Amino acid sequence: MSAFWRVVWIVARKDLAIEARSRELINTTVFFALSCVIVFSVSFVGEGGDGRALGDAAAGILWIAIAFSGTLALGRTFERERYGDTLRALLLAPGARPAVYVGKLVGVVGLLLATEIIVVPLVALLFQARLFDHALLLAALLVFGTVGFSCVGTLFAAMLGRARSRDVLLPILLYPVTIPVMIAGVRGTAALLQAPPQLDMARLWIMLLLSFDVVFLTLSLWTFESVMTE
Amino acid sequence: MSVDFLELSIRELSRNFGRRRALSRMSLECRAGEIVGLLGPNGAGKSTLLAIVSTLAVPSSGEVRYGGRTARELGAMLRGRIGVLSHDLHLYSELTARENLVFFGRLYGTDDPEMRAARALERARLADRGGDLVSGFSRGMRQRLALERALLHDPRLLLLDEPFTGLDDASTIALVGRLRELRSSGCITLLATHDLDVAELVLDRAVILHDGKLVANEDDVRGLRKRYQDRLNVGARP
Repeated sequence: MSAFWRVVWIVARKDLAIEARSRELINTTVFFALSCVIVFSVSFVGEGGDGRALGDAAAGILWIAIAFSGTLALGRTFERERYGDTLRALLLAPGARPAVYVGKLVGVVGLLLATEIIVVPLVALLFQARLFDHALLLAALLVFGTVGFSCVGTLFAAMLGRARSRDVLLPILLYPVTIPVMIAGVRGTAALLQAPPQLDMARLWIMLLLSFDVVFLTLSLWTFESVMTE
Repeated sequence: MSVDFLELSIRELSRNFGRRRALSRMSLECRAGEIVGLLGPNGAGKSTLLAIVSTLAVPSSGEVRYGGRTARELGAMLRGRIGVLSHDLHLYSELTARENLVFFGRLYGTDDPEMRAARALERARLADRGGDLVSGFSRGMRQRLALERALLHDPRLLLLDEPFTGLDDASTIALVGRLRELRSSGCITLLATHDLDVAELVLDRAVILHDGKLVANEDDVRGLRKRYQDRLNVGARP
């Protein structure tokens, strides 16, 4: 294993070990995402009808739940590093500093994907959305969307680690930049829920998400060391 | 490329934060086996200097040379030769003492991190508490553990920011002993402290900073309190 990936693995494994012990982040994130979906389902799914909401609404609510719970997870993940100023300790280690960023990113993506495993079936159930008819395409949308959101989020959360109003600043900075990811995620998911499903359209949005991921990841790796050095 | 070095050279170092100048054209030479104290009131520039030397901050002008080469020339491996004990201790409270040491041992690429962690726990007098979460430790216990964490990878340069905070007398004496051991092994130590009484016990040289400027570089570390009372914002010894 190269030195870069060794550091990535050490940092990510540490985050996962702490989470496995405390389960603080997964419980909070899942609870928040579930609450979000349930509240929206009550508003959107009519009592007297057949219980089938518009595909667009289900797609939008799924991605809102991911974005909100993702913001919560990012804040809490870096709050752990703030106590004891351990993010600086990671930056003082001899490995490549971008490897620390990737290690933190892996932890955040893992946490969000675990949340999505619980949230997606709930959205399908409450909105009677046929999300699993094209499970592979949906999985690609979720994975690439989550990576894109987390790439930017991890960079901003790390940058704001020592800022006093980090809780307020994180969504203010994060949401405008990740709007393309959200739009692609929502439109791609909605395309899968149309009757008949617009698979070509969904594939197009997946390719767009992949492009965003490449751009955001490259920019984040390029800038991480300079933004973290005072 | 070897990143070992026997001297640290700080040349004309300045650092501005906006319009505020935290360090102003500071120069300092340190040799292997020397313990140099950075003394001065809050805001004197001690922590800024340590952050720049540790490579966590970059200077606005001037340079730091580690055995004649800059951090840019030496690359990331330089950080593997620097140990840092900051005021915030750099420990994960959700991990046990042993897990913290093993984690940092792995991160620094040390050989046999488990063995090193066991030795470090003994040195920190925490061998029987190695399996306990750090969140349950007192400040003094954390401080001892954090010092051993900073030394886990046998650094050539040790940067200590207020290392005596929270230590009882026995731990202070143990730390002084540990610093003397490091001096014998050739480690360069930069130690920022307000504790002049302890500083006199261990320092080879005292550098006094005030408003970001070096105002004195004293080989004789006795009686600092009396001589620099006004610069250090300390009262006379009762």
